[in-house]
Amino acid sequence: MPDQDVLLTASGIGKRFNALAVLSDVDFAVHDREAIGIVGPNGAGKTTLLNVLSGALAADAGRIVFRGDDVSRLDAAERCRRGIARSHQIPRPFAGMTVFENLLVGARTGAGEHGEAAYRRCIESLELCGMLPLANRRAETLGLLDRKRLELARALATDPVLLLLDEIGGGLTDAEAAELVGIIRVIYGRGIAVVWIEHIVHVLVQVVGRMVCMDAGRVIADGTPDAVLQDAAVIDAYLGSAHAHPDS
Amino acid sequence: MVLRWTGRSAAFATAIAAALVVLAVGPFVFAPGVTDRLTALFVYVILGAMWNALAGYGGLVSVGQQAFFGLGAFAAIRLSHAGVPVYPSLAVAALLVGLLALPLGEVMLRLRGGEFAIGMWVVAELAHLLVNLDPLINGETGTSLIALNAVTAPARRADTYWSALGGMVVLLGAMFLMLRGRVGASVQAIRDDEQAAASVGVRVLATKRVVFVLAALGCALAGALWLASAITFQPRAYFSVQWTAYMIFMTLVGGLGTFEGPVLGAVLFFVVETVFGAYGVWYLVGLGAAALLFALFVPAGLWGNAERRYALRMLPVGYHVALPASRQPGGG
Repeated sequence: MPDQDVLLTASGIGKRFNALAVLSDVDFAVHDREAIGIVGPNGAGKTTLLNVLSGALAADAGRIVFRGDDVSRLDAAERCRRGIARSHQIPRPFAGMTVFENLLVGARTGAGEHGEAAYRRCIESLELCGMLPLANRRAETLGLLDRKRLELARALATDPVLLLLDEIGGGLTDAEAAELVGIIRVIYGRGIAVVWIEHIVHVLVQVVGRMVCMDAGRVIADGTPDAVLQDAAVIDAYLGSAHAHPDS
Repeated sequence: MVLRWTGRSAAFATAIAAALVVLAVGPFVFAPGVTDRLTALFVYVILGAMWNALAGYGGLVSVGQQAFFGLGAFAAIRLSHAGVPVYPSLAVAALLVGLLALPLGEVMLRLRGGEFAIGMWVVAELAHLLVNLDPLINGETGTSLIALNAVTAPARRADTYWSALGGMVVLLGAMFLMLRGRVGASVQAIRDDEQAAASVGVRVLATKRVVFVLAALGCALAGALWLASAITFQPRAYFSVQWTAYMIFMTLVGGLGTFEGPVLGAVLFFVVETVFGAYGVWYLVGLGAAALLFALFVPAGLWGNAERRYALRMLPVGYHVALPASRQPGGG
């Protein structure tokens, strides 16, 4: 793809937790309006990569360029204001606030909107994620599935250009997963690029046009979902074990 | 579609306005003793509300707010000594301490949880020692707000009362506006989950700074007002951790993280002090036990409990989305 289509480039990303190298020399690019799935065994560094891209963790090495600007040294709040939003694998709701107020924080700070415009964005995000009936519920009273949907709705309320999703579909029934695929397709259809970490490969391939497989802190395959899923290294590192444990 | 004021909260606001009008004519009506006691009550309300702003909304639990209480009184003594008219010096003292809280916050707000709580206590002890170094204070012997000697007792009583009432209204009003606005939602998000707040664009440090400075300024004004009503300044009495203990009592009993709770807590504290204050140590033991029992069995506090049980919402600091009937949970 031509360079002007590049939304985000991460090059030479390294991250260590003490002696453990969690990410080593990772190169990763996201293009405009692209949906990318990230797969890989547990401990491959997928969530760490997402944390580094969103600014929750600072990388030890490498450079991240988003829409032409070097954002490597910006914190999570500044990156969100520039259009990078994320959901958390283990939901982190604002427990003492209502569902609507959870979104309003993001609409006001992340999207930088005021008054009615901010309200409208929140209502619209809630509606898209099927959460409008829960708008006035305190977030601490939600069950796990609704907390996961709240993660998605809240990220959406920040008006992202790039949405980073971390295992938003884990633990869903087939019907719920189908609903989630529908929601993410709508988001993607609006021109928002999506990077989605997910173990449920058959759900992932319904949305993404490109797949990246990680293992031991490195990218071991990057291409169309078909090509990646047939890659010998991917089968060896990931799918082999997934086949042995169908539920993982 | 999004509601902030309800009929009930409008009625409540009207009742508050009426009560303030009654309180404003207080010194003309009340006995001198009552006026003095109400002045103390206003100071308690300020203290409870400020600790609640910090801990209940900002998640910043401090056991060192007496630092600002003491510094506020000290600054008023110094300003008055330098020739600033005595009542304006109370407000200027609070503003100066608020300014001082800016650089202090740069350091303290980098600490988390227990480190911040204890760190603030250390700051209070440090402030106490530094104030004792000032020759004007005479060490622990202390000094007094001599400028007030020029004012007759009744005028002094009334002016201090009005200053405390005005200070309380301004500070609670500022807190109310802050909580209703963008900062309020951001502050609560940080309280609930700092990392998640940053992930949706909340500038964590800058937001905490606003609350920290407001609470410092408020506690400083409370200290300066206390000085105006007590006249004497003994560092040990003002920098005592018991002030923070009172603030915690009022907030826990009334309801942490609710706007109205600490006001209710301050009134209760005031009543308990008025009735049992003469029992000395046993009064303090009882106070501590009550706070403990509340923390264990009524963690939401009196107001927080009532708010949840009866869906009370007197002052509209939150948001309510009016849903079409068909979208109500359970409505189909």
